[in-house]
Parts: sequence; structure tokens; C-alpha cells
Amino acid sequence: MRSPESSGMSLADRSTFKRRLDDLGVTVSEGPESACRDLIAEAAGDPAVGVSDAPLPDRVETEPTTADLRAAHTGVTDAELGVAEYGSVAIEADAAGTEPVSLFVDRHVVVLRERDLVPDMPDAFDWLGPKTREGSVDIVFATGPSATADMGGLVHGAHGPKEVHVVLLREEGSEGDDTDE
Amino acid sequence: MSSDAAKADRIRELMATEGDAVAENTRGFNEGRYDSTSRLDDYEELKGEARAIKEDAIARLPELIEEVKETVEANGGTVYVADDAADANRYITELTAEERDADRLVKSKSMTSEEIEVNEALEAEGVDVVETDLGEWVLQVADEAPSHIVAPAIHKSREGIAELFNERFDPEEPLETAEELTMFARERLGELIEDADVGMTGANFIAADSGTMMLVTSEGNARKTVTATDTHVAVAGVEKIVPSVEEFAPFVELIGRSGTGQDVTSYISTLTPPVDSPVPDFQNDGDPLADGSDADRDFHLVLIDNGRLAMREDEELKETLYCIRCSACSNSCGNFQSVGGHAFGGETYSGGIATGWEAGIEGLDTAAEFNDLCTGCSRCVPACPVEIDIPWINTVVRDRINRGEADQSQVDWMFEELVPDEEPAGLDLGTRIVGNYETLAKWGSRTAPIANRLADVGPLRALGERVAGIDRRRDLPDFASQSLVDWFEARGGAAVPSEEASREAVLYPDTATNYVDVDRGKAAVRALEALDVHVRVPDLPGSGRPPLSQGMVETAKAKAEDVYAGLARHVDTGRDVVVIEPSDLGMFRREYEKFLPEASHERLADASYDVMEYLFGLLENGGDPAGLRAPAAGTGPVASGTRVAYHPHCQARTIGVGEHATAVMERLGYDVRTSDTECCGMAGSFGYKHDYYELSIDVGEPIREQFGDTDRTVVAAGTSCTEQIDALLGDAPMHPVQLVAPRE
Repeated sequence: MRSPESSGMSLADRSTFKRRLDDLGVTVSEGPESACRDLIAEAAGDPAVGVSDAPLPDRVETEPTTADLRAAHTGVTDAELGVAEYGSVAIEADAAGTEPVSLFVDRHVVVLRERDLVPDMPDAFDWLGPKTREGSVDIVFATGPSATADMGGLVHGAHGPKEVHVVLLREEGSEGDDTDE
Repeated sequence: MSSDAAKADRIRELMATEGDAVAENTRGFNEGRYDSTSRLDDYEELKGEARAIKEDAIARLPELIEEVKETVEANGGTVYVADDAADANRYITELTAEERDADRLVKSKSMTSEEIEVNEALEAEGVDVVETDLGEWVLQVADEAPSHIVAPAIHKSREGIAELFNERFDPEEPLETAEELTMFARERLGELIEDADVGMTGANFIAADSGTMMLVTSEGNARKTVTATDTHVAVAGVEKIVPSVEEFAPFVELIGRSGTGQDVTSYISTLTPPVDSPVPDFQNDGDPLADGSDADRDFHLVLIDNGRLAMREDEELKETLYCIRCSACSNSCGNFQSVGGHAFGGETYSGGIATGWEAGIEGLDTAAEFNDLCTGCSRCVPACPVEIDIPWINTVVRDRINRGEADQSQVDWMFEELVPDEEPAGLDLGTRIVGNYETLAKWGSRTAPIANRLADVGPLRALGERVAGIDRRRDLPDFASQSLVDWFEARGGAAVPSEEASREAVLYPDTATNYVDVDRGKAAVRALEALDVHVRVPDLPGSGRPPLSQGMVETAKAKAEDVYAGLARHVDTGRDVVVIEPSDLGMFRREYEKFLPEASHERLADASYDVMEYLFGLLENGGDPAGLRAPAAGTGPVASGTRVAYHPHCQARTIGVGEHATAVMERLGYDVRTSDTECCGMAGSFGYKHDYYELSIDVGEPIREQFGDTDRTVVAAGTSCTEQIDALLGDAPMHPVQLVAPRE
């Protein structure tokens, strides 16, 4: 499970990742890069703000003001990495505002490319380690929605998003059909 | 009223007011831990890895502190190493109140900030401090202290929180459900965060080579606290530093699982501050969130010494610094489950490891206030993700308390004459009676039945309660008039001659078996001989468990040396050592490591077996199960029935021999139902103590719930479990070996 050569994407990682997300109550939609805009449109509520390298639907405000962020139902961001064993996505707190857009909203729609999926937590920290030494990088590993049990029962959306949706993009031309796993 | 009596009253009160909420939550976390860690293929390896990282980091701590200063400053932040709480608070208040002229500071949860009481220091300078973790906020509104290091408001019920909020905030619609309460808090705290000037967090780990800090959270308040404010103050103990980010990985996998039973918490923030996120301007919110320019953020890492570097020099307390504050030792602890951190805790920290923290940070007096709530049951040992020997830290601190607080005026002339212990004069009488139980038992056995009759006399019990603190509601052990060793000698020794035997074993005559429950010793001899073992029962000293439980470390060490001296010849001859009492086997395998040379400890630990583990091994290696007693057919008396209820002893489970009895009984055809209660609550002498009688009974309550109306034959291996289950169920269980041994 932890062999160093197993850092590449595999079908097993993808199905593990999806199973973990399902356990966490995170919805997933999959498709090729070309379907990205449609997948996001389906997943995002209104109003929506977004900072992403992926093509976003027109109704997503891509240069939001703080007021837009406050009013937003959905925030769309990229993920730098996915961790299959945990169903985690790595959000970079960058200058574009990925962190506030993923955080000050009710629904976080996160775009992850399959090639950025790693099997397990040690792989994620092997990825992160050199980055922290090269320069100042801020990464939040988010696993499922914000949660608390402090008020006498499990509630989602304590401070952060109440819902999370992952848009999983496969590279054009790759074998992507795993419906009968 | 004496301080002990006041403490006992306080414990009774807490059990009544907070006990139910604490019990439900901690037991839930504890079950979650078992579930979550069982999903890890390499749990034990990960714990070993985490332990090694901490050992290395604490060994190199001064060097890592220097490195983190350099890296954080290279990143554009500032590091301040504070000698103590006052030093830290001075730096933080100057920065916040003077330099920043801040009106409000928002905080995410940090035990270290509780330790230095920074809220009070800031408020004194006119800064409004808002706790944004929902549990911490509840406590801030209620003006109460945390009762648990991870879930601070664990002692409050949903109804209690609703009542508090409705009274304090008078919402339009009264709040009732957890969802309503959470959304109310989210909204209110969201507004307070937007207007805040400074954000304070703790740090779970800090990487020296990059200045990266890790925050383990679930609500998202730490993320908001950092993002919404332009000044970030992180407060962390110096022990949080590890060499690099790669070393975070095993802790990420272990911390949530060990604590609340989550595989991973919702958010693991790995920040190399100052962070790059733009600062949202909630006052002029028409401006673009990100304008492409670098964020103007300020970061201060305040590293707290406050006794930690001295703990590092203290061979016994040093291990405390490996603690990652996961709360596993609280949740797995029977006493903690009943009373919570308001009783089982000091100024800041609670649970088993709190003794180490409070002794190191506040001093022995603070640790002394709650240290005796650790019974040494050891269930926290396998739960701790960094393999800290938490009971040992509690024992060592108890020993220091015994020596430091010994009151020379106490009347213990009798014990100075009578008992052979190695402890200072003036030691508390109750401590001393329990610590010298072996001498008492020997004397009791020689003078039984007079001793037994005297022990039951009402006025004497009242005197015992007043002078020695032994609760009169407990039955005292009935001493046998013929010890196991004498019986064995009188019967002519071994029934299986050594030349015909499959193996040779020494049956260790532990104090309880030898002088009180001789029958289980006889049963063990029969069971072993039925499987062709040549048995010896030599006269050997007690293991030292009772004195150790009282913190009498030197006395326990002397016992260990005597036991080893008595057993070495047998072990060197290739004889196995078979132990009936699990708490004594626990000594041989675990605690003797502290008392004996390494090779001696290993030799004895390797040669020693729990009696049921030994029977299991004999059966596995071709022993004939027909020699043992299978359940009787038909519907005879309950004692010969098929159905068994088994409570494994706490220390037996910790050393991995709790399940062999189940395996042997099942092999013989019994239908076994096993208790999942961590500890029966008796824990040696703990339940005898007058101050703790009710607590002890409460800890055992889950056993009554599980086995209270069972028609199964109840079996338990520990002497104290036997006494406790007798008190709980009204009938004394037998040792599993008595169930499976052939009849006399």
C-alpha cells in the first residue's frame, strides 16, 4: 500500500477515492476535461463565485468582491492533489483567493484532475515537503464538509462549507469508464 | 472537612451533574478509536514511526528551535521563544493591544493558550477575545473550563447548551436542535470573525526546516481565523517541532483516529505563514477579493517553554513531551469516562497524561490534586499513538508526591516496625496498608480465621475507614488458613513426574492466589497436570504490584529483584513461569523493564505466561483437550452450562493475553460473550478507598449493564475484577482456569 513506486494514478486509487468520498457524504461527478464546464454548472448552486484554471460556467463570478463572496452559495476552486485512501483534496491558500472561496460558502465545488490523485497520506506529504522548502506554500487538506459535534450531535457546516462536490476530470483520450467496478 | 473529603464530595457532584454526558461522549470516542484504527493495516508500525520521530525531535530540540527561528524569519514571520506564561502574555498583549491597537482577537482552539491564560491577559488590556471553536465558545459564554482536551464542552448536554443560549441571547425562536444551535453559533461567530483584527491559533506540529505549521481541525474556524485577519499569532509549546513536513504524515493518520475516532479530521491545514491568501476586506466589501498584489500579512510564532525544557532534562517526565494531545488516554480511561476532566485534570490538562503535563508545568502540588485517579489499569498504553507509558508517569509522580509531602507527624510507628517497605516515614497510612498488602496477607493467612472474623467486625471497619480510608461497604478478602504453597507441599508436590512431562512449569504463587483465593491455584495445578506439565509451586515473594500502585517505586523495585532472584534458577533451567493473576504477569512483562537489567527483564518476560495463554499454547501444540473440562451436556446447574460471560482483565488486555481465555473456552465448546469494558473499576486497591467507592462502582456499571441479568456463568481472571463483579452482580465470578480445570 505504501510502496514508493506506486505514486501514479491507478484504477484502484480512483475507486478507493470515490468510495471514501461517498462515505464522507461528498458527491462526485466525472468526465473528460471537455465536460468540465457542464459538470461544474450541474454542481454549483446560485450565486456562485470561483477561482480556477478550469473553464467555468459564465454564471460563476471569477473576479469576486468580498461582497460577492459573502453572498455566494457556492465556491468553485481547484484542488492541487487528491488523497485516495482518505478522500481528501488539497486546497492551496494562494493569492488568487482559493482558500476564502472554498471556505466562506455553503457548498464547495472542487475540481480535481485524476493525474493529481495519490494513493495515501505519506505520498501527499512527500509531495508537499519539497514545496515547503522551496518557497512558502499553504495547503489545506480538506476531507468532507466542515463538521462539529460540539452542540450535542454531528452537524455539517460548523464554520466552513456544509456540502462538498468533487468534479473529477480525466485526461482526454484516457480510459475512463469504470462503471462496473 | 479534610481536603480529601472535599475532593470526594466534588467527585460525587461531578458524577451526578456531568457524568452522563462525559460517559456517553468518551465511550463513543473510544469505540470510534477501535473502529478507526482497525482500518489501518500498519497501525502498530505507524505508532512506532510517530514515537521515533518524537524521540528524535525532543532529543534535538534546542537545535530545532534555532532552525525554526531561521526558517520562519526567512519566510517573513517573527519567532518569540517565551520562558513562561507571563513572558508570552507580555509579548502577545504588546503586539495586539499596543502595536496593532486591536479591538478584537479571534481564536481557534489551543490548549497551550489555555495553559498561559492569554485570554485574561488580553482582556485586561481591553482586547475583546472571542473563542471561535464552538465547544470553546460555549464554555466562554458559560464561563466554564474545558473538561476534555479535544472536545472541551464534552460535559455539556445539548439541552444544557440550548438553555444557556436561549437565556443569554434571547433568540426570536428558542433554539433546540444541534443543527439550530450550530447554525446560530456559525452566524454569530462569523460576524465576530469578520470584524476581528488579530487571529490566534495553536499549532499541532511545526516543521523546523521550512517553518510550516500544521493545524488539525474540523469546524473550519481555524481556517477563517487565519484568513480573515491580517495578523496571525500562533502559540505553541516548543515540543511541537519536528524536523520536516514529511514527519507530519504518520501523525495525520493517527491523531484523529486516536482521539475522536475520525480517520482524519475535516481540515489539516499545513501553513507556511504568513499565508498567501488575500485578506478579505469586510468593511469595504465592494473591492475585489484578490487584486493581484501580495497580501500584507504579519505572522508571529510564540513558542512556549514554561517548564518544557526542564521536563526534557527529567528522565521520567521527558516522555510527556511526546504527547500530541489526541485525548486517547482520556477516552480509554474508566475513571475519566465517569468523572471527566473537571475532576481528572489540573490547571489546564486532563486525563492520564495530564499528570506529566501538570507536574512539569505547574508543579507537584497541582498534579497531586488528581494523580490518584490513575489506577494503573494501563488501558491508555496501547491507545497512545506515541506509545507513552502513561501509568508509569503517574506512578513516578505519585512517588514524588509521597516523598515530598510526607507528613512526619503521622502515627505510623506500627508500620515502621511491621512492614519491610523502602519508603520514607510519614507516608499516608492507607497508601502504606495497600502497598504492604503482601505482609498483611501473609499475617492474615497465618492467623485466619481470627483475622477474618476481626476484619468483619463493624467498629473495626469504621476505624479502618477513618484511619486508613478503606470503605466499609467493601468486603475484605477472606484469608485462607492453608496457603497454596503449603497445600502443594502437603500433597507431595508434582503429580506429573518431570521425566514423563511435556514441559516443566513454575506456577507463580501470587499473593492473592497464595493466601486468599487458593482454589484457583489448585485449579491451575490440576489443569496444567491434566496436560502433562510437571508443576512446581515454590515459595516466592509478591510481585510488587500493590506498592507500585501506591507510587512506592523503591519498594516495588526491591520486590522485582527478589522475584527475579527466586525465579532466575527456574528460568535458566528452561522452566516456564505460569501466572494466574494478570496484574502480576503485567509486572513481569511491562513494569519490570524499569526495575531489572534489560537482559533479566527480557528473560523473565519471555519465560512468563498467563495461565490461560499457557493452556492455549499447550492445546495448540498437541495437548489433549479431553483432559480439560468441557461444558456439561444437558441443562445442569448453571456453573456447568455452556454459556459463559467473560470480563478480561485490563492489564491482561494491555499485554495481549486477554483473549486466550476466550480461545481456550471456545475450543472446549463454551459459548463465550466478552465484556468490552476497559476496566472493572476496582483496579487493585482503588475501589477499596472510601473516597472513591462510588466512582469505582460507577466505572464498573457497564459490566452490570452487560452481564447484570445474564444466566451465563461469569468468569474473570483478576482478583480485583472478582471482588468488583461480586459487588456489582451479587455473585463472585470464578477464574477461567476454574471453569476448564478437571474436577478435584
